[in-house]
Amino acid sequence: MAELAASAPCVGQGDCILEVEGLRMYFPLPRGLLGTLRNLPRRAVHAVDGVSFKLGRGEILALVGESGCGKTTTAMTLMGLVGATAGTIRFNGQDVTHLAEHPARTARASIAALNGQAHRREPSVFPAITMKRLRRQMQMVFQDPYESLNPRVTVFEAVAEPLEVHALTSSREEKIERVRQALDDAGLTPPEDFMTRLPHELSGGQRQRVVIAGALVLEPVLLIADEPVSMLDVSIRAEILNLLDELRSRRGISIVYITHDLGTAAYFTDRIAVMYLGRVVEIGPTRQVLANPRHPYTKALLSVIPVPNPRLRRHRMILGGETPNPIDLPSGCRFHPRCPVVFDRCTQTDPQLSCVEPEHDAACLLVGRST
Amino acid sequence: MAAQAPEASLLEVRHLSTNFVSDEGVFRAVEDLSFHLKKGESMGLVGESGCGKTTAMLSLLRLLPAAGRIVAGEVLLEGRDLMELDEAEMRAVRWRSMSMIFQGAMNALNPVRPVGDQIGEALVVHDLAPSLKAATPRVTELLEMVGIPGSRQSQFPHQYSGGMRQRAMIAMALACSPQIVIADEPTTALDVMIQAQILELLERLQRELGLAVILVTHDLSVVAELCHRVLVMYGGVLAEYSDVDSIFNEPLHPYTRRLLEAFPDLSRLEGKLVSIPGHPPRLNKLPPGCRFAPRCPEAFERCRVEQPGVRQVRPGHWVTCHLMEESAPNAHG
Repeated sequence: MAELAASAPCVGQGDCILEVEGLRMYFPLPRGLLGTLRNLPRRAVHAVDGVSFKLGRGEILALVGESGCGKTTTAMTLMGLVGATAGTIRFNGQDVTHLAEHPARTARASIAALNGQAHRREPSVFPAITMKRLRRQMQMVFQDPYESLNPRVTVFEAVAEPLEVHALTSSREEKIERVRQALDDAGLTPPEDFMTRLPHELSGGQRQRVVIAGALVLEPVLLIADEPVSMLDVSIRAEILNLLDELRSRRGISIVYITHDLGTAAYFTDRIAVMYLGRVVEIGPTRQVLANPRHPYTKALLSVIPVPNPRLRRHRMILGGETPNPIDLPSGCRFHPRCPVVFDRCTQTDPQLSCVEPEHDAACLLVGRST
Repeated sequence: MAAQAPEASLLEVRHLSTNFVSDEGVFRAVEDLSFHLKKGESMGLVGESGCGKTTAMLSLLRLLPAAGRIVAGEVLLEGRDLMELDEAEMRAVRWRSMSMIFQGAMNALNPVRPVGDQIGEALVVHDLAPSLKAATPRVTELLEMVGIPGSRQSQFPHQYSGGMRQRAMIAMALACSPQIVIADEPTTALDVMIQAQILELLERLQRELGLAVILVTHDLSVVAELCHRVLVMYGGVLAEYSDVDSIFNEPLHPYTRRLLEAFPDLSRLEGKLVSIPGHPPRLNKLPPGCRFAPRCPEAFERCRVEQPGVRQVRPGHWVTCHLMEESAPNAHG
């Protein structure tokens, strides 16, 4: 019993905007004709394989990991862009894992939706709450501002589009006002100067601000930012990161910041979750994880962040190869084929997240043993 | 790398200027750029998008797009001015003496040809192999040098991961055993771990093959890890050029200092990240004075009316800034 208690993850804080539990997202692979005839077992890409985390109100959580570790799939699942295979997602305490995209065609549901009441009441009373409605409160910022804006659509139209999709404004004046407010919040001031511009007249940083304004115009409470600065020059990354930080402090927006770069995450996030092959391998307060990383993967990721000082060239812990393919997962600990401190038990036992310090969990056999 | 007189330079670029001519006017993409590179040395060329880094490098190889014109300057490769060569002579220099790893490894390879054939093609074109078939052993050797099993040369780019495609691009650049390799943003689209692998590879190749490397990037930290000298460009001109230690520990140009502050440094997390307000100048509408003046917090009257010249403030340390003129004697290099 004592061992069980020691290997349980830390219990999170009370007031959560988002609770993700045991989230799994498998993409099945086609077996092909021969496979079907021989009745081979169905295989799948285990993109997300048991991810659990909580996000407090007004908190910024970084999801960090290499390409293919499932960070973007996690985000897509949260947004309901792909349906989860298993697990639950609770938003504001309410299960939103399997919401329908559009309201059911029952009279009651559509009347509630028409009156715009479904989101005001407890959703359990009105089962007509849909993914579309949920997305008013949960918005996503995509990676590449050079491709996520339509080159022939003005800034005003791009930012106003969500308002039209959700039929949220009754007059043109109101629409202009909300777009103006969103542009202002995204730091595009004065907004009037930007409304009539086309994307090619904007710099990379400004484009990303337009994308963020498009998300803010719905006044969401949760923002999922998928690599919002990786396509931008280092000199303007800071302004976008500072903007996200400011949105949190001014409007209390909670943010999931997805990145492969621990360096940018270090600056403004409250907590970090490090992902590897569809799992969270370490999660904890940012400063604590950076100062005292417990999982060997986190240690390696930290050691390869270039330090902008030639006097501090350190030993880099470069992991060989790349993330293994998420179809045939390694046995035991998923990280063991690349782990520098692997030992015999790692090939058999799959370590679970366990509490190493208050609020700080890691999934490694070495860590579980030392506590 | 003992510091020698400039004669020992493998490559010397003097007062290079390149313009682009279009309907919207003349874009002065590179102006009065001078630097030198010794054998086995690596130089970092740093600057924001659109500051003329890639244009400067394409000018060295004379591979500019049709609208580009090299209007002034000399590029001396072992004392021979590349600007004087005719196209056939230039072709013998390209890839054999100086090659380039192009930006965007993901898209630089031809998707419908096996990777090995694309590397072999460089050998055939430069008469180092009579046919693609005869090039196979060398291609195997090249791929293994960059850490790809030779057996994968018959595979197509889509069967390679991003890091492997970048390695293949490096193998291609090394095909004709050049002395100088220009790597244009070799790690920009890659994950941190793959980036570390590629940087380590470049470092190893440089050591083993005695390569001189020009690393073009907007990421100062990559430069700190890999380069001996650093040239910071801003709006088409040299802003600061020195050894790596001075650039990072005693930067003199206000732009270099801002760039360093904009960079997340895990060893000093307390400070807030600072961005550089405003954006780089449009190269067809340059400000009358210093090109950085509109964004420079230390700009004074003179900066807005007069262009500063490149001056050597210390042996081996060049800065283009009016602030330097009061403090240092004029020693134009």
